[in-house]
Amino acid sequence: MPSDPTLRVKALESLLVEKGLVDPAALDALIDTYEHKIGPRNGARVVARAWVDPAYKMRLLSDAASAIAEVGYGSSAGEHMVVVENGPKVHNLVVCTLCSCYPWPVLGLPPVWYKSTAYRSRAVIDPRGVLREFGLELAEDVEVRVWDSTAELRYLVLPERPAGSEMLSETELAELVTRDAMVGVAKALPPAAGGKA
Amino acid sequence: MNGVHDMGGMHGMGPIHYEKNEPVFHARWESRVYALNRALAEWRKWNLDAWRHDIELLAPADYLRMSYYEKWFAAMEKRVVKYGLVTRDELESGQPAPGSAMVNPAYTVAMAAVISRGIPSSNDPSVAPLFQVGQRVRARNINPVGHTRLPRYARGKTGQIVRDHGVYVFPDTNAQFRGEKRQHVYSVRFAARELWGEDASPRDSVHLDMWDDYLEHAGS
Repeated sequence: MPSDPTLRVKALESLLVEKGLVDPAALDALIDTYEHKIGPRNGARVVARAWVDPAYKMRLLSDAASAIAEVGYGSSAGEHMVVVENGPKVHNLVVCTLCSCYPWPVLGLPPVWYKSTAYRSRAVIDPRGVLREFGLELAEDVEVRVWDSTAELRYLVLPERPAGSEMLSETELAELVTRDAMVGVAKALPPAAGGKA
Repeated sequence: MNGVHDMGGMHGMGPIHYEKNEPVFHARWESRVYALNRALAEWRKWNLDAWRHDIELLAPADYLRMSYYEKWFAAMEKRVVKYGLVTRDELESGQPAPGSAMVNPAYTVAMAAVISRGIPSSNDPSVAPLFQVGQRVRARNINPVGHTRLPRYARGKTGQIVRDHGVYVFPDTNAQFRGEKRQHVYSVRFAARELWGEDASPRDSVHLDMWDDYLEHAGS
């Protein structure tokens, strides 16, 4: 067998296709979905909705899967979501120390750093140091809550709505919500930076 | 298993490397591995817990050295043989065995459009919770050689139940195909100081999701 992953993967795929075990068109469709349709923009729309609609926010915090399904993402039957809310004195951070659990329907597939040994090992023992590496220095009186995704619940952080964003529409607000803010390694962008991230 | 994958709280893994504007996949083969993995799962020869355990069973040095999708692929090559989808000879030659039956793919284009992990859970009232929100609990000190979702850093530590998530399949038995043993899963809050000692911030905490079988009462 060749050692180059490109050749080895190709060899296994063609074997599986020849045996009728997989359909290459289904692989193409799935890849297209994750490269072009599912990603952090989905989660950003959920967050922006929660910022402008207090009743929606209540539903999101109590039954996240159903509230996310309202916006049209994921499946309330198949996905078990928990949304945790940041505030002036509470900051939430999500990790999976054992593997790479991540809320795919709202954030897409996780970035390499989220799956890295550095992030997985350190987020639980040194969350403030990890956040500092991401450029986020939290005051001593802010409580840091780390969520280690050890079961089939998937966590999404509801970031604080940035100051000065009162006049923005829901669509404009969604532009301020980054993937990193929804994992909890950053805050939402200030309005001036909106649309550039 | 007390494997290298269970790395919460370990030191020495270095700084976090952040890539700006990271693509979903870094190479075409990564995307093929991702999709092959999903398509093969549809044959239902294994379950999610057994799947995770296959990756944990990679040699520790390989686990640390390999990239994410290299790990997926290494486990996949072993898995397709282990569960009888292809023979070792077929894997090595890249050719179907002469006269082997052709089947129809289990995973279809239509399925690729539906994003659901389909993890079974329920609020099955016939499965009673062993613990209640607000109770003090201790994570049991267990060291199973098989799959478990109770990380080492929490074993023997005391926390508080903050939420009952309902009933889920128990990974420790499910990964061994020894039954689903459905039971309640709770969010348990552990103070950072309970886990890491006096140097940790007095305010901070780590929440873990824990099955009934991982917990024991810790008094009031």
